Amino acid sequence: MSGRTRTSLFLVAAAGLAALLGWGIVGLPAFGDFHGRYGVVLNHVALAQRHTTNVVAAVVFDYRGFDTLGEELILFAAVTGVALILREAREAEAKRIVDPVRGDPVRAVGLAAVPATILLGLYVVAFGYLTPGGGFQGGVVVALGMLLVYLAGDHRSYSRLTAKEVVDVFEGGGAGAFVALALGALAGGLAFQQNFLPLGKIGILTSGGSIPLLNWATAIEVTAAFVLLFGEFLEEVMVERR
Amino acid sequence: MIPLQVVAMLLVAAGGLAVVLARDLLRQAMLNSFYGLLVVVLFLVFQAPDVALSALAVGGGAAPLVILAALAKLKERR
Repeated sequence: MSGRTRTSLFLVAAAGLAALLGWGIVGLPAFGDFHGRYGVVLNHVALAQRHTTNVVAAVVFDYRGFDTLGEELILFAAVTGVALILREAREAEAKRIVDPVRGDPVRAVGLAAVPATILLGLYVVAFGYLTPGGGFQGGVVVALGMLLVYLAGDHRSYSRLTAKEVVDVFEGGGAGAFVALALGALAGGLAFQQNFLPLGKIGILTSGGSIPLLNWATAIEVTAAFVLLFGEFLEEVMVERR
Repeated sequence: MIPLQVVAMLLVAAGGLAVVLARDLLRQAMLNSFYGLLVVVLFLVFQAPDVALSALAVGGGAAPLVILAALAKLKERR
C-alpha cells in the first residue's frame, strides 16, 4: 500500500471515529451527575453498619468481599503461573551477572529509602479501612520497598532478602487466609464471608469486625505476590543463557 | 468541573499521545511510567484517593519494572 492510500484510509477512519466519539459524548449525562443508587445507599449506611470510616474498604472487604476473593485468587493464580513457567525454563548452571550499584550517593539514599518505604506501605495497609488505602495498595508499596534493595544495592541482596521458600509460603498463606476467613463464617452458621467479629468503636484500628483481618490477609498475599513476581523477572534478566 | 480537573484531563490526554507517538522502546517505557503518574493526579483531583494509591503503586512502580525487565531481556537476545 502506498503512503498516500494509507494516509487517506487513516483520515477516513479517523473522521468516522471522531464522529462516533462526538455523538457518544453529546449523549453523556452532565458532569458530576450520578445515578448509581448502590453508591448513594452505601455512603449512607456503611458507617453505621460496619463502623469503617473508609467506605471503599467496607465495600471491598465486606459488601462486595466476594469480588475481592475472586481478585485475590486471580492474582494468586497469575503469579503462580509466572513462577511455574519461568522457574521451569531457567537453567540451573546459567552464569550470573554481578551488578552492584557503584555510585555511593545512589546506594546511600536508595537504601535509606527502603525502611521508609516499607513503613509507609505498612501504614497504608494498617489504616486502610479508616483512611484511603488498604491491603492491596499498601502491599504493593511494601513490595516496592523491598525492590529498592535491588535498585540501590544488587540482585544478590534482593534474592537473599526475599528467599523463595519464605515468599512462596506467604503468597499461598495470604490467599488461603482470605478463603479461610470466608469459610470460617460459614462454619459458624453465618453466610459465606459474613462479618463475624464485634464492630468496635468507629475510627480506631479495632473497628470494622473482620474487615481488618481480610485487609491484612490481602496485604500479605499482595506483598508476597509482587515480591515473587519482581524476583522472577529480575532472575530472568540476571542469568545469562548460553 | 473545576480548572484543576480540566488541567489533569488535558495532561493525561497529552501523556497518552506522547506514549503512542514514541518510537524508541526504552523512551516509550519511560513515558508510559510518567503517564502512569499523570493518571494518579487525575484520580486524585477527581476525589478517588483509593484508586489513586492503587494506580500509583502499580502504574508508577510495578508495571514499569516488568516492562523494563522485558526490554532488558530483549536487548540481550539481539
